[in-house]
Amino acid sequence: MNIIIIGNGITGITCARNIRKKNSDATITVISEESKHFYSRTALMYIYMGHMKYENTKPYEDWFWSKNRINLIQATVKHLNTDNKSIQLDDSRILNYDKLVLATGSIPNNFGFPGEDLNGVQALYNLQDLAKMEKNTINISSAVIIGGGLIGIEMAEMLHSRNISVTMLIRENAYWANVLPQEEAQLIGNHLHKHGITLKFNTELKEIQSIDQLSVHSVVTKQNETIDCQFLGITTGVKPNINFLKNSSIEIEKGILVNEFLETNIPDIFAAGDCAQFRFAKTGEAPIEQLWYTGKMQGETLANTICGNKTTYDRGIWFNSAKFFDLEFQTYGKVLPEITHEQESFYWAHENGKISFRANYNRSDRSIIGFNFIGIRFRQVIAEQWIREQKEIEYVIDNLKQGWFDPEFSDAHDKKIAKSFSSNPIN
Amino acid sequence: MQDHSLSIAKPTEGLLSQKIGTSLIAAALLCAIIAAFGQGETQSVLFFWLIIVFIFAGGIIFSIPYFKAIPGIKNNGIMHSPATNRGGIAWGIGILMTGFYIILYWFPNYLEGLIRTMDPLSIILRNKTSDQWFLYGTLYTLAVLVMGIRFIGKYRSNRYQVLRTLSVMFFQLGFAFLIPAFLLKLNQPEFYFSYFWPLKYSYLFPNDIDYLIQSGNIGVFMVFWGLIMTFIATPILTYNYGKRWYCSWVCGCGALAETLGDPYRQNSDKSLKAWKVERWMVHSVLVFVALTTALLWLNSWKNGTILGDASGLFSQCYGFLIGSVFSGVIGTGFYPIMGSRVWCRFGCPMAAILGLFQRFKSKFRITTNGAQCISCGNCSTYCEMGIDVRAYAQKGENIVRASCVGCGICSAVCPRGVLNLENLAEDGRFESYRRQEDK
Repeated sequence: MNIIIIGNGITGITCARNIRKKNSDATITVISEESKHFYSRTALMYIYMGHMKYENTKPYEDWFWSKNRINLIQATVKHLNTDNKSIQLDDSRILNYDKLVLATGSIPNNFGFPGEDLNGVQALYNLQDLAKMEKNTINISSAVIIGGGLIGIEMAEMLHSRNISVTMLIRENAYWANVLPQEEAQLIGNHLHKHGITLKFNTELKEIQSIDQLSVHSVVTKQNETIDCQFLGITTGVKPNINFLKNSSIEIEKGILVNEFLETNIPDIFAAGDCAQFRFAKTGEAPIEQLWYTGKMQGETLANTICGNKTTYDRGIWFNSAKFFDLEFQTYGKVLPEITHEQESFYWAHENGKISFRANYNRSDRSIIGFNFIGIRFRQVIAEQWIREQKEIEYVIDNLKQGWFDPEFSDAHDKKIAKSFSSNPIN
Repeated sequence: MQDHSLSIAKPTEGLLSQKIGTSLIAAALLCAIIAAFGQGETQSVLFFWLIIVFIFAGGIIFSIPYFKAIPGIKNNGIMHSPATNRGGIAWGIGILMTGFYIILYWFPNYLEGLIRTMDPLSIILRNKTSDQWFLYGTLYTLAVLVMGIRFIGKYRSNRYQVLRTLSVMFFQLGFAFLIPAFLLKLNQPEFYFSYFWPLKYSYLFPNDIDYLIQSGNIGVFMVFWGLIMTFIATPILTYNYGKRWYCSWVCGCGALAETLGDPYRQNSDKSLKAWKVERWMVHSVLVFVALTTALLWLNSWKNGTILGDASGLFSQCYGFLIGSVFSGVIGTGFYPIMGSRVWCRFGCPMAAILGLFQRFKSKFRITTNGAQCISCGNCSTYCEMGIDVRAYAQKGENIVRASCVGCGICSAVCPRGVLNLENLAEDGRFESYRRQEDK
């Protein structure tokens, strides 16, 4: 069996590794435009900040690939021919496959802002962007970031580590408010402010200005405020990287359409990770999942299917995590920015403004739906178990200690949380 | 609503105090050189104070920005700086430290002037004049204290880090510096209650034991203490807490590595090859010291008929190769190039034996929190023992490794709260996380 995987991100590599685990004979080839070896995209910011070198971000040593007979090719795929099952690379090489995995990831959204091609204006997705950012931020003093999401805050931290003053333009009324409930969004916003990041809420970009027609000089917001900057980070989300499929027979919409087995409309061609779009997403689940964790799970699921054990992709109980400067964030289950009429939400925050806890539960049977933790590390197994078993909120609050995962000698906040819960009239 | 003047914390605001701090340390070095050239003999009190004050003031001023910053570990610029990323400055410091060890061990006469500057302190503490080892002990303790303050500043958001650093500072100052000095003052054997066989190998050698027993009740207690610590306390404590109770809470070598060596922890080799070399080397040293000890006892039991004149040769050989060259010259001198735990990782027989306990019979593990790892690599990068922590974490496996000294930095620098040092039931510590959906 000759398997070609396009994309060496977490999805493609997880798929390749798991195929090799189950099948020692298959020929496995991984093609990437970006880098020869798999590295952790989540660590891009740490390279810029000097916490790690590129080498440190590689989860496997270079000998790993030949030892596991996973062929690596650094090239761009130009064309896909589904009729004779082949792909063409930018060096005109033609490779045949028996099974093809599309794990091409994302590209940054662009909205066609006037002036977005100026020097100093960029997104941050891959190693090439990082190199560009290195170059674009030499000897500059101020930067603007549009987009109040995860990459935006990473970029803010990166620039801040080099003493570049940062202003973030955020469309919503608080940081990441389309995902986080108001309290968490504001807590994080305050923390950013403490670090000297300027946040402008309810603000959108209108125009990018330049004096020399080469580099960004300032931006104008929709409120007609002009902000000087030598760097403009555009972090307004990503979309599937599927341009090279536009004229192929593979069905695409926003992403590559797949069923629950991650199969496309063409036999023996699969798609997984950021670039895949589920035809029939389960209720409450997004049709396109652009997360490290989901990419990893999809890659693993797909390896099963390719190796003959047809497996449905199951997202399981939702979880995610992030870090906002010094604040760690973990979420388990579905915590929406605003609860529905059937739900109740209990929120507790420490007086130091750096720690908070939220538990959402069903009003009728008081069963737990999900958690948000800021500045608290919590065991995934416990959170998942409680959500799966629909434990009552009272049980959860009484047993919080079980899930505590903070380093030894840290203050445990379970008693304070319990006290606050019992004194809360709504509950 | 947010005006710019409110902006706090510029990350490199510390530049000025870093300049002043390093200048003072350089001044201390200069004073030490002048003292070594002879001035220390004529003006010992003056140079004593100059050196001590410059080091202390320099270290503290250098550390101020860590305490002023918003709590939270910042490794900004570590891979960019020539001082921490094996650049020119790192090589310079490495040569300086290696050279100092060589002179200290084999050419102490070059340090005569410097040794004399320690006389005032030595006389107060020990009632005798200083020698090269008192000089070394003083500088060593000073380094642990000053760099310990820096460490606490940098990692103060994490209480485990603060407490364990206070602990190593306490044991270094009290158990490895003041108590042995006072014992000498009281005409008792100079004994280190915080070092045990096989790290302090001679404590179970027949000669040392004979000597201790002959020096009276305190000596007998010391022999007793050594035996208890080696054969009873060590296994029990390691079973309950892992080898960290010693390596990163008590041990003096660990103390220096965790404080003076902290800026270099990322330079340890994480490759699989290095792990192989490590296992061969550290366990060979353990066999070597065990064999030496056994031979010496056999020889003493047979009244010297086995080894004859060569009886001391074995122990001298070990002392030279392991005690001096390995633990000192390479172990500390190579900090800036090979990371802060070279000795602990490749050479320490105590670490080897504790590691065997930890790997096979202990409650200690680093727990991985479910599937939360994002493979970023901060944990592996900052592991001073060169453990590829990420390799386990990204598979949802707990980390149970003989070499782990339990410093807790992997957990502290993890941006997703994935790792936690724990002492739980022995059962299940090798189990890995599997999603319910995959079971």
